[in-house]
Amino acid sequence: MISNLEMATPMKPFERPISESGRLSVAEPVAPEPKLTVRDLNAWYGKNHALHGVNLTVTPHSVTAAIGPSGCGKSTFLRCLNRMHELIPGARAEGTLLIDGKDLLGRDVDPVTLRRRVGMVFQRPNPFPTMSIRDNVAAGLKLNRLPGNHDEIVERTLRQSALWEEVKDRLGASALSLSGGQQQRLCIARALAVEPEVLLMDEPASALDPIATAKIEDLIHELKERYTIVIVTHNMQQAGRVSDQTAFFYMGDLVEVGPTEKIFTNPSEKRTEDYVTGKFG
Amino acid sequence: MNPLRWRRFVNVFWTVASGTGVLVALVPLASLLWLVVSRGAPGLSASFFVSLPTPVGEPGGGVGNAIVGTFFMVGLASLMALPVGVGAGVYLAEKGDGPAGRVIRFTAEVLAGVPSIVIGIVAYGLIVTQMKRFSALAGGVALALIMIPSLARSTEDFIRLVPAALREASLALGVPGWKTSLRVIIPTALGGIVTAVLLAVARAAGETAPLLFTALNNQYWNTDPTQPTASLTVQIYNYAISPYEDWHSKAWTAALVLLLLVGLLNLMARLLSRNRMAGAQ
Repeated sequence: MISNLEMATPMKPFERPISESGRLSVAEPVAPEPKLTVRDLNAWYGKNHALHGVNLTVTPHSVTAAIGPSGCGKSTFLRCLNRMHELIPGARAEGTLLIDGKDLLGRDVDPVTLRRRVGMVFQRPNPFPTMSIRDNVAAGLKLNRLPGNHDEIVERTLRQSALWEEVKDRLGASALSLSGGQQQRLCIARALAVEPEVLLMDEPASALDPIATAKIEDLIHELKERYTIVIVTHNMQQAGRVSDQTAFFYMGDLVEVGPTEKIFTNPSEKRTEDYVTGKFG
Repeated sequence: MNPLRWRRFVNVFWTVASGTGVLVALVPLASLLWLVVSRGAPGLSASFFVSLPTPVGEPGGGVGNAIVGTFFMVGLASLMALPVGVGAGVYLAEKGDGPAGRVIRFTAEVLAGVPSIVIGIVAYGLIVTQMKRFSALAGGVALALIMIPSLARSTEDFIRLVPAALREASLALGVPGWKTSLRVIIPTALGGIVTAVLLAVARAAGETAPLLFTALNNQYWNTDPTQPTASLTVQIYNYAISPYEDWHSKAWTAALVLLLLVGLLNLMARLLSRNRMAGAQ
């Protein structure tokens, strides 16, 4: 892993409390370096100012949930983290985004290499329809000509995404022969195969039934051992179940960010309280 | 009147009216098919497909050389039109949102609207006057000019049908944009592109005007691109305008052969596109 500490050290850690639930932070004397640091992030769609000065940090091996009503900017925020946002015609983002203390938005940063470090799972399962199950998982490896034993990586990531037992006898079958929930776990395996450090999930369970949703949530718990996860969700109960830290977005502002327990039981902001208690949204 | 009974009356009225419209629209098609089959079928025999034309009054004979000539010239045209037309379509779909794309799209539309006889004259002026000879090459160029705009537009349409989610999935894996187009988007649209090619080929095979004064005709077998060449359509034209009853019936039979050929190509295109749609869902 490339860590560029000389850039990270002069930065002041954020005042906002970081989740204390992880074993890591208790055992170690100092708080770990943030995996992601976001400072004064602004995003636009043409003239529409969609995200206003967002600040937050994400600890390694934690799950951060972004919640808020539709159009609040949570998906835009997520798509800034792997620079998918700028692919939309007319869209741009400004501010500071650091991964392991290293700038992401700089001119000399290649978004293509960045996206190998920051993987993404989308709202609707989107396997490649022309490829088999095996080729879908290995797609990132093959298209990027990454080294390694692809068959081993396919098996490992399919096990990680809890799909191996269901597909091991038909790896050559079309990815479209799978159910929606299976397809979504396939997409997670595909994202994991290129060995990202951060995994972004954009409402990964919103198109799935409750059983498939439960499987994805269990998976998130397991995946955070190895990856740092940022998940956007519509569903507040889901945010409560899977995340360590919750960020509440409203109308393009990051209203409040803090440990999930605090956000749901004792938020500092009135708007957060109104949203999590279901008064609006 | 009771509103429900009125509702039923309106429903029946429009169902009958639109059904009648469909029947009326089908009359020309059905009568065309009936006429061609009833007049053409009696002359159909195995030797009709493989023999050379015979002089008036001599029994037997066929349009073997014209069938070969049609395939030959459509093949020549495809060699020229496929790279240009499909390439332009890929460009329009992937990069065609700027001013250059608008110019190309407009040009393709204008070219598609040019009457085929004009395209024949252009090929005559460009090639026949230079070579001082009618040739299969000139016919091929004329047919290629007819195929290019329809290929470009339908290739663009089929590539644009590929869901944006697939492009995002690939980009999010850190695959560069050009490789995403080449290895993910185009393979997904391939069924559609093949359909577009078959339809363009069928269209070119049925053209007469561009061949009349480019390839002219030939009473013998020919696969030399610099020589005049027979084609089914021009052969039908020549037989039909002749004063001989014997040749008239041959024109009907040749028309039936052409209809079968073009129908077969359309059928293949239809089957391919149906499979593609089944695959995508």
